[in-house]
Amino acid sequence: MNYNWNWGVLFQEPYLGWLIMGVQWTFAVALAAWVIALSVGILVGVGRTLPSRPIAFLCTAYVEIFRNVPLLLQLFLWYFVMPELVPNDVGQWIKRDMPNPEYLTAVIALGLYTASRVAEQVRAGIESVGSGLTNAAFANGFSVTQTYRYVLLPISFRLIVPPMTSEFLTIFKNSSLALTIGLLELTAQSQQIAEYTFNGFEAYTAATVIYVCIALMATVVMQVVERYTRIPGYMGSK
Amino acid sequence: MFNFDFEVILNNLPFLWEGLQLSLLLTGLAVIGGIFFGTILALMRLSGILPLSLVAATYVNLIRSVPLILVIFWFYFLVPLILGRPIGSFYSALIAFTLFEAAYFSEIIRAGIQSVRQGQGQAGQATGLSYFQIQRHIVLPQAFRNMAPILVTQGIILFQDTSLVFVVSLRDFMTVSSIIARTEGRLIEMYIFAACVYFVICFAGSLFVRRLQKASIA
Repeated sequence: MNYNWNWGVLFQEPYLGWLIMGVQWTFAVALAAWVIALSVGILVGVGRTLPSRPIAFLCTAYVEIFRNVPLLLQLFLWYFVMPELVPNDVGQWIKRDMPNPEYLTAVIALGLYTASRVAEQVRAGIESVGSGLTNAAFANGFSVTQTYRYVLLPISFRLIVPPMTSEFLTIFKNSSLALTIGLLELTAQSQQIAEYTFNGFEAYTAATVIYVCIALMATVVMQVVERYTRIPGYMGSK
Repeated sequence: MFNFDFEVILNNLPFLWEGLQLSLLLTGLAVIGGIFFGTILALMRLSGILPLSLVAATYVNLIRSVPLILVIFWFYFLVPLILGRPIGSFYSALIAFTLFEAAYFSEIIRAGIQSVRQGQGQAGQATGLSYFQIQRHIVLPQAFRNMAPILVTQGIILFQDTSLVFVVSLRDFMTVSSIIARTEGRLIEMYIFAACVYFVICFAGSLFVRRLQKASIA
């Protein structure tokens, strides 16, 4: 094995700066996409459990479509295809004047994709509350809105915190796909350093260590959240 | 507003079919390899021997916290370096996918093994079977039956993930669609067509999973 080790390359300019930029973009994409994923995902997930058939059908269709097409292809559809399909003026604006097109596209694509996964967790959470409490709420004269507002959502949101942790981690990992449309996030930067310096080992190690740190940080934060949101006597007793 | 050109798809069907075959082949081989190594990892983790379970746990947690694209880059860089000669994109990708997915499969298999009641293994011990006989004839067959639906689901995810070989220009279905899209200047048709193909395959797969789940409950 012939290989010139040079760990110092990671701390030289411009490479150190590239890594820091990469981390910033990774966080910027993942966090913004998470906002979309949570808000759309909760709406769609709740929608799937509603008694209204058309709404439930639409939300199911959303989940099936977004889950069964690879994220990479969704990214390309938003980036290359969507501007051609909207009315001409809008398409022109997207192609010419929209600021940060790669970033916005990545956030929208990743957010709406993750929303379908969040929706599944929300639905599973609501369904796991069980029909007993729902029926009890109806028997007390609660409307559908009240049942969700006071019974189903408060319980199910606390139940789904652990699976949401893994979705939150996944969104950081999936943000690496943005490199395919030219956004220089962490993975892209490490590959660029590898190409410029021929020190692939060091560059990829740096990226790997940073991703592991992100995962550890997110796990610690979510453990705290889990401790505060756990329903006593609900999770421990199987 | 816009005319959908089916011609470009029809003209390139043989090329697309080749790409799809490569995607399916990569998925199939990676599923087999992933389940094989995943089972070993799961058994190591549940072995109760500290060094073994520590190694397996570290590997699984490490792989699960990095993106697949980074793993693909790693192996494109490492495999030729270790072997001293290039072995072609396909084999590099296959190794990357196998070792990456093994971590995810091992978590599924671990849960599957734990779902087999302890009495089963103890009964095996009482009959005088060795550790490997117990795993081979008692625990694993039941575990795999319990986790069949989740394994297929992971297979579908793996099939979608194979589209990421795009980053190293290996000619799978995704890359081929993109090549045609660019050379023919027909981005809209090709990407929508590719999305439909992926959707049909993966949706059919998830319907199959639902049937498996019903069968396992009954």
